[in-house]
Amino acid sequence: MKAPLSWLKDYVDIDVTAEELQKKLFGCGFEVEELIEIGKDISGVVVGEVIECEPVEGTHLSVCKVDCGDKGIFQICCGADNVKKGIKAPCALVGATVYATAKDHVTVEGVMTIKKGKLRGIESEGMLCSGAELGVNEDMFPGGDYCGLLLLPAECKNGEDVKPVLGLDDYIFDIGVTANRPDCQSIYGIAREVGAVLGKKVKLPDLSYNAVKGNYEKIKITDLAPELCPRYIGHYVKDVKIAPSPVWLKRKLALCGLRSINNIVDITNFILLELGQPMHAFDLRTLAGREVKIRRAENGEKITTLDGNEFKLTSDNLVICDRDNPVALAGVMGGLDSEIENDTDEVLFESAKFARDNIRKTARALGQHSDSSALFEKGINEYTTEMAICRALHLIGELKCGTVTDVHIDVTTQYSNLNEKKLEVSVNKINALLGITVPTEKMCEILKSLNFDVKLEGDTLGLVVPRYREDIDGYPDIAEEVIRMYGYEHINGTFLPSASITNGGFNDAQKAENKLKNLLVGKGLYEISTYSFYSPKDLDMLHFAGDAQERKAIRILNPISEELSIMRTTLAPSMVNVIVRNLRRGNLEGKLFELAKIYIPKELPIKSFPEEKLRLSLGMWGKYGFFDMKGIIESVAHSLNTTFEFEPAEKPFLHPGITAKISCEGEEVGYVGQLSHTVANELVIDRAVIVAELDYDKLTTHAKAFRYTPIPKHAEVVRDLALVCNEDITCGQITKEIYSACKYVTDVKLFDIYVGAQVGKDKKSMAFNVTFTPKDEPIEDKVDGFVKKILNNLKFKLDVTLR
Amino acid sequence: MDVNEKIKVIEQQIENAVDDVKTSKSLQEIKMRFLGKTGEISSLMKNMRDVPPEQRPSLGKLLNALRQWTEEKFDSLEQRLKEIELKKRNSEEKIDVTIPGHDFPDGAYHPNTLIRNELVSIFAGMGFEIFEGPEIENDYYNFTALNTPKDHPARDMQDTFYLAEDLLLRTQTSAGQIRVMENKKPPIKILSPGKVYRSDDDATHSPMFSQMEGLVVDKGITLCDLKGMLDEFARKIFGENVKTRLRPSYFPFTEPSVEVDVSCFECGGKGCRLCKGTGWIEVLGAGMVNRHVLEGCDIDPDVYTGFAFGMGIERIAMLKYGINNMKLLFEGDTRFLKQFKD
Repeated sequence: MKAPLSWLKDYVDIDVTAEELQKKLFGCGFEVEELIEIGKDISGVVVGEVIECEPVEGTHLSVCKVDCGDKGIFQICCGADNVKKGIKAPCALVGATVYATAKDHVTVEGVMTIKKGKLRGIESEGMLCSGAELGVNEDMFPGGDYCGLLLLPAECKNGEDVKPVLGLDDYIFDIGVTANRPDCQSIYGIAREVGAVLGKKVKLPDLSYNAVKGNYEKIKITDLAPELCPRYIGHYVKDVKIAPSPVWLKRKLALCGLRSINNIVDITNFILLELGQPMHAFDLRTLAGREVKIRRAENGEKITTLDGNEFKLTSDNLVICDRDNPVALAGVMGGLDSEIENDTDEVLFESAKFARDNIRKTARALGQHSDSSALFEKGINEYTTEMAICRALHLIGELKCGTVTDVHIDVTTQYSNLNEKKLEVSVNKINALLGITVPTEKMCEILKSLNFDVKLEGDTLGLVVPRYREDIDGYPDIAEEVIRMYGYEHINGTFLPSASITNGGFNDAQKAENKLKNLLVGKGLYEISTYSFYSPKDLDMLHFAGDAQERKAIRILNPISEELSIMRTTLAPSMVNVIVRNLRRGNLEGKLFELAKIYIPKELPIKSFPEEKLRLSLGMWGKYGFFDMKGIIESVAHSLNTTFEFEPAEKPFLHPGITAKISCEGEEVGYVGQLSHTVANELVIDRAVIVAELDYDKLTTHAKAFRYTPIPKHAEVVRDLALVCNEDITCGQITKEIYSACKYVTDVKLFDIYVGAQVGKDKKSMAFNVTFTPKDEPIEDKVDGFVKKILNNLKFKLDVTLR
Repeated sequence: MDVNEKIKVIEQQIENAVDDVKTSKSLQEIKMRFLGKTGEISSLMKNMRDVPPEQRPSLGKLLNALRQWTEEKFDSLEQRLKEIELKKRNSEEKIDVTIPGHDFPDGAYHPNTLIRNELVSIFAGMGFEIFEGPEIENDYYNFTALNTPKDHPARDMQDTFYLAEDLLLRTQTSAGQIRVMENKKPPIKILSPGKVYRSDDDATHSPMFSQMEGLVVDKGITLCDLKGMLDEFARKIFGENVKTRLRPSYFPFTEPSVEVDVSCFECGGKGCRLCKGTGWIEVLGAGMVNRHVLEGCDIDPDVYTGFAFGMGIERIAMLKYGINNMKLLFEGDTRFLKQFKD
């Protein structure tokens, strides 16, 4: 919300500096996001009168003597075509700063400092300026757009600073207005807050007008969609004379960044800025049947708005129609056909309240946003709707550009809200919520300054809420009004003196997650965090088949882009992308993990809450191989007091010979493997990448509570067994058989593998440490028997022999 | 040769042998040669039976003395050799202690985890339980129950990702507040960390980020209590001398609502680049729980009051660690990650 200081001063006597006002507004909830000083780049420019002017032969230049009052008389060389004796123009003295313009004399190219110089050998002590050189356009000051000198009125005093003359001593407050205060989306709304915070009276804009009674041709307004248009006021103005707006009006619009169009359109734009009520002026000649109907559009109905865009509408869009056709997209933009023309001579002013969510939906659906739709979306109060129409009629009178008739049509529906809001609140309750005691007189004073009608009886404040404050509905709102004006610096910290004691901390599930993260960080892995959504292309990257489970992903209806459009069903693509990014950046090795959710729909398209499942994703690359990863995964099992089984498996993106399915107590809980050569080639990576993904929720169901096992009384015995077997026998098969042959075996560890001449073709040797743990009796003398039994079992089951 | 002469010869041989011995191994050899079962001294002992009986005691004495002398000789030699050998071994094993140690590199937690755990430990100490709600929410929990009905302009404050007409990615962890209050009656003190999603993507916004929401509902809770708790939080996270400042703001689910700034911990409030010269840094939003929110959860707002606060975990991490771009947190670059050794 942009509010020029000069405009605020129309309503409030502001006797503090712009910076002080900025601080005060900040304290009461209106952060000035930017304080813009209009003429901050301009300095040292004064009013100069050309008292001599001689053309320099053979050039377009004139050499002038310029009278700058008490600053002196200077010789200045000037190339402007409108320089002549007797004119007054802004004169930049030596040392002044003005805008440097390009060859077109319009485009600003930076700020320059005026120096003493010579043009064509003629001394020049300063520069006579154009509007562009001072940052002034036509709307800011008449003549501002002219390419030559900006001519100043004769009554200006020579030598006086031009900034006040041109209105360059002004500030614009760019204020962040919170969503609960749509009443402050206007200059006058801000002025009310300024008045309250400075303790000053606020002048109401002039709403008076003279209506001329007459026997006018009938105008009919029908509201066919009262739920979308609770209130619609129309007023008929005749004998309209379209003309340029006066200087003051143009300037106000220009300060807020609006271009002047003509007097009637400018009046509606002025009121939009001043009161925050968007208005519309219809050329009555174009309204068939002199009739206005407010209704939902028919499906497929078309309208061309005044910016030339054609839209196809639905019944969710509200339109303003004449007898036959839509003439405006309600609250968003007028139609091309009912636009004010230069020969428009009768006008119907519209001031209405439209439902805020409907305007928002229409503006979004059609991609058509305007200052008007922005205000309606935030919410308009009907107090302002009434005020705006009066203000427009007053301005018709002030600008003498039409005759205000007495044809005033006010359509008030059951959705309209005209009642005064009354509240009774307890002073004690306000203080109890704040935790401090605000003096009651102070409380009343604050509320009065905010235009509440206040009656104090004992502990009870009887309040009438200002009609524009639709946000106020209970004592906490009043508490907020009081404290924001009284000052938050009065709130002193206390530490729950009245609260009950509660027991806090992590629950068991959160503790388990932390334990897992501790383990992985201890093993040297870095934790990553990646987006919960990715692209269907990320699933393509890992060669998931069209009918793979992973493809059954929830789509975001309004994604930022296709890249972030589906909720992930596996963490693997995110991990692979992170690893690829690292490799591209020259990070040639690494170990990563992520503990995050995947989102599994119960049906597609989804209708009910999907399952959110925690997954553990692991990734390693560079010097690490499959068994480094497997070791980490086994540590995870160990930390849960369980064990995992690994068996060969296949995944579309993993190496067919270096991939395992991971199970726990017979239930599949994940996979681990090396990225396939195909995928690695496609991603242009030349280092082995190992990834794994574990279903964390399933894992936790297999976690065993830790219990102490008594230490055996007798020593364990460890035997090394070097075995020879066929090449296709796996370590897992042998280990399993060793365990099954002897119940005293508590650990089997592979410590060597050998393939080569010494064991023969198609054979390999594997050596194991086998640990035997005694129960009650010592077992030293039994171990030979155990080993024999184990070897027999291996020979029988797998044709494995001792080497 | 008589025995005495033989003894002399053996003595001489031992002296010579001892001089030649340089290692424990050759010492063992000469031990065997002289003291072994078939060694020279033992052979002499065996010859005793050829000696007349009257000479035997004196000869026995002599031989015993020889054996003892030999043993002592060898023992002291052994001692000496051990010392030499130890010295040699030590000197061979000597290392350059200035060579760098072997690396057992640590991993690192994501900065969000570090901040999250730090926050949790601060608030757990004050009696807060941790509650994590679902990331996919419906309109009721994310908006309506938080006093933000369909036509409410506050819905524009946060652009929402929709998954179905009534399902969305939660835009705030406040959604969890309602789930807690539906199931638990005061006294309530919960902390609700988690991922949230908004349709924003630039240098300071990410479509996914993390929040930490706090909620206290009990009898007699005041705005001063909120301030007191946040003062404590700010001191523990940003440093002992850090102060907080409340200023008016607006959230649909709190009334009054405040923005909370902390005094700049870089410059101590004098004004610097971090605080953009203001001396204050905005860290979180908070307020007294709106009556409508309590009513919606069947908690009587005339008996109980409460406060809620919510902060962006990434924002706290960026401030505390001096991270200049939010994107870094989600890229997984190991050069970034390895720095977080807190």
